[in-house]
Amino acid sequence: MSILVDEKTRLLVQGFTGREGQFHSEQAIQYGTRVVAGVTPGKGGQTALNVPVFNTVREAVQKTRANASVIFVPPPFAADAILEAADAGIHLIVCITEGIPTCDMVEVYRYLQDSDSRLIGPNCPGVISPGKCKIGIMPAHIHKKGGVGVVSRSGTLTYEAVGQLTALGIGQSTCVGIGGDPIIGSRFIDILKLFQKDRGTRAICMIGEIGGSAEEEAAEFVKKHVSKPVIGFISGQTAPPGRRMGHAGAIISGGQGTAEAKMQVMKRCGIKVCKSPADMGKTVAKHL
Amino acid sequence: MKIHEYQAKELLSKYKVRVPRGVVVESKSRAAQAARELGAGVVVVKAQIHAGGRGKGGGVKLAKNHQEAERHARDILGMTLVTPQTGPAGRIVKKVLVEEGMAIARELYLGILIDRETSRPTFIASAAGGMEIEEIAAKSPEKIFKEPIDPVIGVKPYLARKLCFALNLEKEAMKQAVPFIMNLYQCFKNEDLDLLEINPLVITKDHQVVALDAKAGIDDNALYRHPETAAYRDLGEEDPAEIEAGKHNLNFIKLDGNIGCMVNGAGLAMATMDIIKLSGGEPANFLDVGGGANEEMIENAFRILTADANVKGILINIFGGILRCDILANGVVAAAKKVRLRLPVVIRMEGTNMEEGHRILQQSGLELIIGDGMKDAAKKVVRAIQ
Repeated sequence: MSILVDEKTRLLVQGFTGREGQFHSEQAIQYGTRVVAGVTPGKGGQTALNVPVFNTVREAVQKTRANASVIFVPPPFAADAILEAADAGIHLIVCITEGIPTCDMVEVYRYLQDSDSRLIGPNCPGVISPGKCKIGIMPAHIHKKGGVGVVSRSGTLTYEAVGQLTALGIGQSTCVGIGGDPIIGSRFIDILKLFQKDRGTRAICMIGEIGGSAEEEAAEFVKKHVSKPVIGFISGQTAPPGRRMGHAGAIISGGQGTAEAKMQVMKRCGIKVCKSPADMGKTVAKHL
Repeated sequence: MKIHEYQAKELLSKYKVRVPRGVVVESKSRAAQAARELGAGVVVVKAQIHAGGRGKGGGVKLAKNHQEAERHARDILGMTLVTPQTGPAGRIVKKVLVEEGMAIARELYLGILIDRETSRPTFIASAAGGMEIEEIAAKSPEKIFKEPIDPVIGVKPYLARKLCFALNLEKEAMKQAVPFIMNLYQCFKNEDLDLLEINPLVITKDHQVVALDAKAGIDDNALYRHPETAAYRDLGEEDPAEIEAGKHNLNFIKLDGNIGCMVNGAGLAMATMDIIKLSGGEPANFLDVGGGANEEMIENAFRILTADANVKGILINIFGGILRCDILANGVVAAAKKVRLRLPVVIRMEGTNMEEGHRILQQSGLELIIGDGMKDAAKKVVRAIQ
């Protein structure tokens, strides 16, 4: 079992014919993901990687019954791409794009509150259910099918955690990169809910970072509603205040959002917190 | 991106948000002239640096006449201003803003920021103006009002009135405050700001509503559609190494330690800093080379890291995944040779063709130390600089 994506996922790629879109679609197809359509306005009627290309998401959905979309569209046009996917009734939208203006995301977030679509990202590596479906830019080969759910604000740090798990022989049910921006479609809580319900997930590894209070909110949620073991790590324990550490959302402002404060709340709520990023895999193994 | 107070006030003026009349100058004679032009009465001379708490450091002074304004400008211009926000090194003042004085009846706080809990722009208001909002939040959180803004409708008069009543504004002041608040939001939204802080917002004795001070931050991701405000960038306020890194699309932040690090991905870069510290070392920087990590990028990163005399060793941590380790290893070797690297370098890499990558590093003739995992790599670099 897994969450969000599996063998039944029919994927549509927005920004299909661009360099990134093409490269990662090819990787996804090789992995076994059912890529059923591409969308590039103005290139409708063409095919790429043996997949039909459409001008609009709506047309692609009508003709191919796509139910998930991944977005590789440059930042100035990415918010528009998310809205187009939601408007066409796509249930799962994964936006990889980094650098979308916050004001654009304010509108997108508000629009999605009244829609049935779920957004993962932006500024994220994507979602993978090992052995079933890969949507995004993560390296496939480090993953292994199994029972640990991984949810993270980061990209390569997620790969690090997954790499450690796989090296210990521990597989993953689904790995979800929720993104490093201040406004993201799905937060830790949204994904924790799904992992708690998923019968294939036995433990959850949650990787946060400085900035905002999503980890604290998630910890309170875990205390009340999650019975499975949750292992946590927070990066940025040595980050200086007031500086944006690469991710737009990774900033300690006005003394809020420090790693220390997050780790304290997480511990208090029963999450097994490891201090060293090298111990993420080991800590999961101990509590499995 | 941070901007200066006078620039924030320029933006506000565009949206008809009232600010004091003022002139920004770079010399004491121009300061005197500005004071004369502003007319009779008190003027204020304010240092323009990208940090708050300027008054406490002696960067804001009242002048009764133009001679006094000239003296203050002479003292402030060129001074190294140290405030609680600048750190001990302080900032050199290159510009001062000379402004008309105000007969202040009340000082309030009004700000707009993106509230991450609701994902909406949100007004923060308090009747306790002049103090840092963090200070108010810590001492008397009940004095802070939060009013989230629905982006579909924006700020309508009712919402502005709600804030006015919360701040206990009198009828006279309220007439001005409602459009003031609505225009403030227009400015925030149209200019793609991520922070707009009016502290203090003053009500003058004759019931005028004025933004006495203004602090604004512009969303870096939106600068592409604001060429005019992008030009507000003041390189003098930034670290030279960070400017240099930015030119090469490297995400770099200088820190105080002695172990330089080069990592792909922001989360992993922070985690690498953390593990250096946990292993007994001190990170000299945050550096995210992004997904590419090609020879040219590594070379640029080496140059930036080694330009810092504090740096005694370098830790490279690349979780390639799709990136091939042999290509990465060749890039590191070529770049290290090109910049004649003399510092110990520990490399931890993960990804396709790892064994081949390690072989290239070992046969390079360079003193490259291979780390097996993050922990081992961090330990080795700490040991190497001892």
